[in-house]
Amino acid sequence: MYFVIAGGGEVGFHLSKALLEAGHEVMLIESDRKRAQYIEEQIGSVVINAPADEGRYQIEAGCQRADALVAVTGNDAKNLVICQLAKHHCHVPRVIARVNDPKNEIVFKALGIDETISSTRVLMGVIEQELPTGGFLPLMPLTGSHLELIEAEIARNTPAAGKQVQELGLPEGSLIGGIVRAGKILHAHGDTRLDVGDRIIVFAPTATEAEVRKALFG
Amino acid sequence: MNIVIVGCGRVGAFLAGLMDLDGHAVTVVDKDRASFAHLPQTFKGATLLGDGVDLDLLRKAGTEKADAFLSLTDGDNRNLMAAQIAQKIFGVKQVLAKVNDPIRARMYREQGIPTISRTTILGTLLHAMLTGNKEIGPKLVALANKHEDEMSGGPEAD
Repeated sequence: MYFVIAGGGEVGFHLSKALLEAGHEVMLIESDRKRAQYIEEQIGSVVINAPADEGRYQIEAGCQRADALVAVTGNDAKNLVICQLAKHHCHVPRVIARVNDPKNEIVFKALGIDETISSTRVLMGVIEQELPTGGFLPLMPLTGSHLELIEAEIARNTPAAGKQVQELGLPEGSLIGGIVRAGKILHAHGDTRLDVGDRIIVFAPTATEAEVRKALFG
Repeated sequence: MNIVIVGCGRVGAFLAGLMDLDGHAVTVVDKDRASFAHLPQTFKGATLLGDGVDLDLLRKAGTEKADAFLSLTDGDNRNLMAAQIAQKIFGVKQVLAKVNDPIRARMYREQGIPTISRTTILGTLLHAMLTGNKEIGPKLVALANKHEDEMSGGPEAD
């Protein structure tokens, strides 16, 4: 397959290298001259030294015959415009954007860029699964809404342990979709009491993630 | 009208001042506190410090209830992202993004995001003046001078 990679930072560089090693064709667009030169010395003449957010350089990079474009600069607004240009101007069939602010996964979806990767969210997920205080894991944003799905495990000595669902003080617009206790799913009624070790699935407005965390873990 | 302006540079601050004088409710967003010094001393609207492409910050700025939204920062991409959030997520009817790259400006206009390019607007005005156009040149310059006088309570331009 033919990939155009926009942005030659650490992510773009290693991604290009890995794709080349896997036998794919790659063109990388990097605006910094020195960085572009360095990458070319490392992985060969697959680099264009130009701004990736300008249509003519996307064309020069062969976007019109590319199978996919991946925008991995460190700037979310730039990644959005690169992907929208590639989609509308060059008709690239598949565009993928890196987002730094996890909220932008939802924003990008609303603006027509369906595939996003948030390294922040991935790392937070990994870290939170490891925390001894119990897990708080934002699972995914829900398409076509400002909502997201969160999984949380009720831990000892937290505000939620032993409380009824109605006493939790979850933010407005959020809802516990179910409680997993001893491998079985239970309905979350207002008077259902949460035990240590329960895993709950919460639907909540993305903007209130911090409040949900606070209500459950203090 | 409720108006949200992202970017308090010279253009953003000038426009905020004019709309404020006309009696509209103006909120100006910028991530650099010092930029609010561009606003005229008479400005009675609100200022909000933060990133104009941040969904939560735009909500805080009252974008949901805005009648008009203009993104006028120095960054074309940031302006395009902010204007799209205002139009597609918050449903603002009248949005405008300042996009100085004419090619990008045109593509987004075709996609339904109104854009304005300082490059082509100023270039067109100068062209009209040089070619003796009696309509555009003199009218716009006269109006601009009038606005300059109205705003003279503000800081001196350099």
